[in-house]
Amino acid sequence: MTSTRRDVFQAIADPTRRQIINLIAQQPLNLNAIADNFEVSRPAISQHIKILIECGLIDIKKSGRERYCEAKLEQLNEVAQWIEPYRKSWEERFTKMDDLLARLQKENGSTNKK
Amino acid sequence: MEKNKTTITAVPGKQEIFITREFDAPRELVFKAYTDPELLLQWLGGQCNLTMRIEKFEARAGGSYRYIHTDPAGNEYGFHGVCHESTAPERIIQTFEFEGLPEAGHVALETTKFEALPNNRTRIVTQSVFQSVADRDGMLQSGMEQGVLDSHARLEELLATVTV
Repeated sequence: MTSTRRDVFQAIADPTRRQIINLIAQQPLNLNAIADNFEVSRPAISQHIKILIECGLIDIKKSGRERYCEAKLEQLNEVAQWIEPYRKSWEERFTKMDDLLARLQKENGSTNKK
Repeated sequence: MEKNKTTITAVPGKQEIFITREFDAPRELVFKAYTDPELLLQWLGGQCNLTMRIEKFEARAGGSYRYIHTDPAGNEYGFHGVCHESTAPERIIQTFEFEGLPEAGHVALETTKFEALPNNRTRIVTQSVFQSVADRDGMLQSGMEQGVLDSHARLEELLATVTV
């Protein structure tokens, strides 16, 4: 699964692609509707979508003559899991530091005026 | 009061990690929490049933530090480095090495900047630069066993965390 992971990482390395995922995570959209949200050219958006499809982050669903892009969020789980524990461990530390800083400011009271 | 959010930025394929966080305290105090060993002990350690002790902590240019986390089974995880610069209350630059790696010499360079914000708040940004992408990814993955998470709930956060 190493190659899959690399692909997912590649997919989200680009800010425009992250925005596209964010956009269609809320509702499936066709290419035109997606492109309307960006200032870059339609072919550029089309290229980004192609990469996202190749990376397994987007599925194309046909409905009549329309082709809708649907986000496959479960693919992102791997990435989220990858970074989240690291963030959590810092969050834990910083929450403790919040308490410490609050206590110190209380103790110092007037002496701690900036 | 709204909780302050910790943001981790780790762009795929790069050798660095950024940690960003704001605190409801003046910069001098946040800086002190980073450089006074007694204060450091109160927030840096103690996760996952680990106990922390500081063997040495010299927050000045040319000084060095070493601290150890011990798990309930008695396994020790040591970290050490050298302080390159400690400029109160603005900036700390130091090296960082985890002693538990299969081979020594995988060292990161850490720069923490303390930025004063309005209303006596402070923003810290830490940049850790590793010697290779593999070293950086290894550090990020070090806590992986902790959790399985829901992708939908995490999406927004994920997209925020990988913002360039």
